[in-house]
Amino acid sequence: MTSRSGTDVDGGGTTMTEDRGIDGDAVRVVPVRRYGQWLATIVVLVVAGLVVTSLITNPRYQWSLVFSYLFNAQIVEGLGTTLWLTVVAMVVGVVIGIVMALARESRNLVVAAAASVYIAFFRGTPLLVQLIFWFNLAALYPVISLGVPFGPTLFSESTNVLITPFLAAVLGLGLNEGAYMSEIVRAGLQSVDSGQTDASHALGMRKSQTFRRIVLPQAMRVIIPPTGNETISMLKTTSLVSVIAIPELLWQAQAIYSRTYQVIPLLITVSLWYLVVTTVLSMGQYYLERHFTRGDSRRPERSLLGTIVHGLVPRHAAVRRPATTDVQDEGTRS
Amino acid sequence: MTDDATTGAAPVLVEAKGVHKRYGSNLVVRGIDMTVRTGEVMCLLGPSGSGKSTFLRCINHLEKIDAGTISVGGELVGYRRQGDRLHELRDAEIATRRSEIGMVFQQFNLFPHMTVLENLVEAPVQVRRESVKSARERARALLDVVGLADKADAYPRSLSGGQQQRVAIARALTMRPKLMLFDEPTSALDPELVGEVLDVMRGLAADGMTMIVVTHEIGFAREVADTVTFMDGGVVVESGPPEQVLRAPQHERTRSFLAKVL
Ligand SMILES: Nc1ncnc2c1ncn2[C@@H]1O[C@H](COP(=O)(O)OP(=O)(O)OP(=O)(O)O)[C@@H](O)[C@H]1O
Ligand SMILES: [Mg+2]
Repeated sequence: MTSRSGTDVDGGGTTMTEDRGIDGDAVRVVPVRRYGQWLATIVVLVVAGLVVTSLITNPRYQWSLVFSYLFNAQIVEGLGTTLWLTVVAMVVGVVIGIVMALARESRNLVVAAAASVYIAFFRGTPLLVQLIFWFNLAALYPVISLGVPFGPTLFSESTNVLITPFLAAVLGLGLNEGAYMSEIVRAGLQSVDSGQTDASHALGMRKSQTFRRIVLPQAMRVIIPPTGNETISMLKTTSLVSVIAIPELLWQAQAIYSRTYQVIPLLITVSLWYLVVTTVLSMGQYYLERHFTRGDSRRPERSLLGTIVHGLVPRHAAVRRPATTDVQDEGTRS
Repeated sequence: MTDDATTGAAPVLVEAKGVHKRYGSNLVVRGIDMTVRTGEVMCLLGPSGSGKSTFLRCINHLEKIDAGTISVGGELVGYRRQGDRLHELRDAEIATRRSEIGMVFQQFNLFPHMTVLENLVEAPVQVRRESVKSARERARALLDVVGLADKADAYPRSLSGGQQQRVAIARALTMRPKLMLFDEPTSALDPELVGEVLDVMRGLAADGMTMIVVTHEIGFAREVADTVTFMDGGVVVESGPPEQVLRAPQHERTRSFLAKVL
């Protein structure tokens, strides 16, 4: 941990105290002493020590309970619901995101404006409010019917039957995610040089083929990293739907501790599960990123571990844009 | 092999009449008439901003024209004529017509997420529904022609500019085009790599390919072109055999341009 100042300069593994033995005229390199770093290291170690000691010695953590609940049937069922919700909401979000990203670029101004309004609405209102709204849709429209506009009805059903809590959750999470994903997808699509479309069209590929085969795969390397973050974020966000009584991980824990009052151990159990899944997701992201940067000499240098840590640390939503320099790169290479 | 336009023997392949193109209020191409015969090599010269690229892109309908017509092989590229009306074709029909016109770009525009071989196989399989096997065979043969048989499995990024441009030429040839458009194919290359690309183009010309080449390589134009066309301000200033346009230009604008580039 603290050897950094030593390896910065010689990098060869010799430590500072050893170079006295080298040839008489060897010049000793004295690195800048970084007292601040030493201080920071000491502070971190002391705090970590205190935390660990407290974790071990404070009996109220009830670690045995924490671990005994880890594979509790109710908890595992909740975990399953959480995973399922995450997947469905993300799929809905990604599909909506692609559609909205394309709609915003549409030459049809009505379509483009509708997409913008959608995005502004779903990004501009709290997700929790949206979820409760979908859950209570029946108050606004007691019956949902399908038919010709201003014409005959083909299908009609009570809203409460149609919009189950699970569907309300998927709608809330997916529609909201779609608004964010559309921005990510758009940035990805814009990162692809227009020369790629030209070349594809010139070869006789149709618009849809060009999008599917040429533009989207290249946009992916810009889209994947933030989408991975979105997925990890979604996993945690699904805990919000406990307020509309979806029996996901947090809700199940609450259900147990409302009977047993073991609030803290159960929250720790739940947190451990979230940590495990986010770690696994980060690993998946690492391999996906590697797949979609084929042919790119500037593959991310990040290691598997680096990606995982990176995925767990919250980032601002900025999107990587590698492509702006691509054209010049190719043009001037020798 | 390459019939002189003057002999009038070869049939007309490209015919442009009164082509206009504007971007917003900026009229970039202002009435171009042009005839290119089968097997002819035409070099398009002109100062920067004179509308050469724009006109070239109009030929395969990468840009829509605002007035006039361009036909290739007797067919309007982006339109169907019905009486005195032009109806714009649907995407699939335009794509089919475009597939018979190869285009090579200044920036190569190879697909970076595909290997060289995949770049060459993509269009024949996707557009012509050729079998992957036969597309691969043909791709390898074409790579051989441009001298890059050993690079089939490389990604474009690992190639030099000259190699990338040769791959781009091979890629355009996979569709068996009857016309090849080149937009400054050597302008992005380091000087020592220009020759290898021009060599490939010379070979194509010798094989009788009809080519329209926007270029600043006057030497190439003098040696390979059947016709040299000089453009300025969105119009054709003069056009004729290279010895005439390059040695004894009729117009002052051509003279001052040649004085600068030579
Ligand atoms: N997509 C576009 N939108 C708006 N203006 C454009 C566009 N493409 C080209 N132009 C303008 O049209 C004019 C002609 O451009 P064009 O690229 O055809 O010239 P060029 O003769 O190929 O020049 P160069 O030798 O620099 O390539 C320029 O003034 C350019 O700014
Ligand atoms: Mg140009």
